[in-house]
Amino acid sequence: MAQYEAVIGLEVHVELKTNTKIFCNSSTEFGADPNHHVCPVCLGLPGVLPVVNKKVVEYAIKAGLALNCRIASFSKFDRKNYYYPDLPKNYQISQYDLPIAEHGYLEINVDGNVKRIGITRVHMEEDAGKLVHQGTISTTPYSLVDYNRTGVPLIEIVSEPDMRSADEAIAYLEKLKAIIQYTGVSDCKMQEGSLRCDANVSVRPVGQAEFGTKTELKNMNSFKALHKALTYEIERQIEILEEGGQITQETRTWDEAKGVTLSLRSKEEAHDYRYFPDPDLVPMVISEEWVNEIKATLPELPDQRKARFINDYGLPAYDAGVLTSSRELADFYEQCVNKFNNPKTVSNWVMGELLRMMNAGGVEIDEVKIKPAQLAQLLELMEKGTISGKIAKTVFEEMFNTGKDPNAIVKEKGLVQISDEGLIEKVVEEVIAANPKSVDDYRGGKKQALGFLVGQVMKATKGKANPGLVNKLLQEKLDK
Amino acid sequence: MIGIKEVEHVALLARLELTGEEKEVYSRQLSDILEHARKLQQLDTKDVPPTAHVLPLQNVLREDRVGEHLPPEKVLANAPDRQDDFFKVPRII
Repeated sequence: MAQYEAVIGLEVHVELKTNTKIFCNSSTEFGADPNHHVCPVCLGLPGVLPVVNKKVVEYAIKAGLALNCRIASFSKFDRKNYYYPDLPKNYQISQYDLPIAEHGYLEINVDGNVKRIGITRVHMEEDAGKLVHQGTISTTPYSLVDYNRTGVPLIEIVSEPDMRSADEAIAYLEKLKAIIQYTGVSDCKMQEGSLRCDANVSVRPVGQAEFGTKTELKNMNSFKALHKALTYEIERQIEILEEGGQITQETRTWDEAKGVTLSLRSKEEAHDYRYFPDPDLVPMVISEEWVNEIKATLPELPDQRKARFINDYGLPAYDAGVLTSSRELADFYEQCVNKFNNPKTVSNWVMGELLRMMNAGGVEIDEVKIKPAQLAQLLELMEKGTISGKIAKTVFEEMFNTGKDPNAIVKEKGLVQISDEGLIEKVVEEVIAANPKSVDDYRGGKKQALGFLVGQVMKATKGKANPGLVNKLLQEKLDK
Repeated sequence: MIGIKEVEHVALLARLELTGEEKEVYSRQLSDILEHARKLQQLDTKDVPPTAHVLPLQNVLREDRVGEHLPPEKVLANAPDRQDDFFKVPRII
């Protein structure tokens, strides 16, 4: 059997975080009543004139710069024509042959090596409206249309077909999301639709230079779904080729419930967009001064920040990579380190406890109740020996759930560590008296029995005894 | 030469319903237009930059400030059908 490799390119749509739409001054605010954030321009009523939102152009340039693109000195908008009820004008204003930015790249890590993924282009366009179906799409008797999202600014970021596996595609999308989030031009929340991803996938025998026939995958609404869809589609294509078949070039949709990709052979396939320059919008000439002005507003980006974390805080590359994967997480980390100057301990707690609790509860970093200064206080309590490491984790959970100060929780629940030797000694004696068998085991050479006895002392003190002291006192008594 | 098939294709893309007679007319007219374009293509345009727009204007931009929205009753005034504040349309597959 031949060895196959996948060839993957991604098309990512990102909603820009502006106050108003791309061609009119209607609000982009999420969650308004249906058809309340619309005006004659975004409804496409006759005789209206779109005018470009300056902020959209600035944000698109900013994203382009962050993705190492060349910014166009001359750019224009075009009409992409098709009929669909979410598109009131029957055309979408997009950019065809003169996009705002081209020829960029970003870097991902593949098995410890840096791999560069090319960015073909970044272009600006308007979002379409939202269709609401009653029941499922195949049984609904009619559809309802809400045009609030119509005209919300998007940038589409098209990659080169440079990815060779589902893992690489995920790494690319994660890095892209981080970079865009760092620039502040978008929230990039996949679950809210401010980041959407389509994939072009083909396979070919390893060593073959030409690409195979590709399919386009749609409807992946999370990183997990993207990974599953790509893995499924790559296997499906290999199977067809192995059986001597041919891949049909088509659009396929990811069916999350069934875990398969399905052909979307419909009228949609017969697209004939007939792009032409939008006569309502005049071209944009982008000066070097303007680009430089925007360049000056670029913040430190993920790769730079990661390098600084390694240099300044002495963190392992892995830690630095995880911590800088989102701007908010990196900010949280740095604010905590500013108050508690032990970078590796802070890293362990942020990557360990904080991310674990966030993942378990489906909580985003901007929703976390713990303030960085509060985590620093907790780590101080632990360092001073006021609480044990084990208790610190309990306190952390309480802080995570309530946002209370660690000092208040420790006081309220009486969690202060017992470091009074006399007190611990008393418990140690009780435990020794109550567990003659384990004591005999230990004295008979089964040193692991000590662990059990330590556990009993911890249990009797509700985990508050200083573990170091417990160990020391137990051993002293047992070795007597 | 633009044949009847191509006229039908273009009509479908534009959601136009044409009679047989109209198709004949448009077939002739569209062919004439393309013929004229073919003639124009013979011109030497080596030193002429591509025209993106006929007006001598560029960078017409506006500030990112929220303005007035259209009241829902006006938004939906021309809707053939509605449900609450939604436009109601035939099912789309």
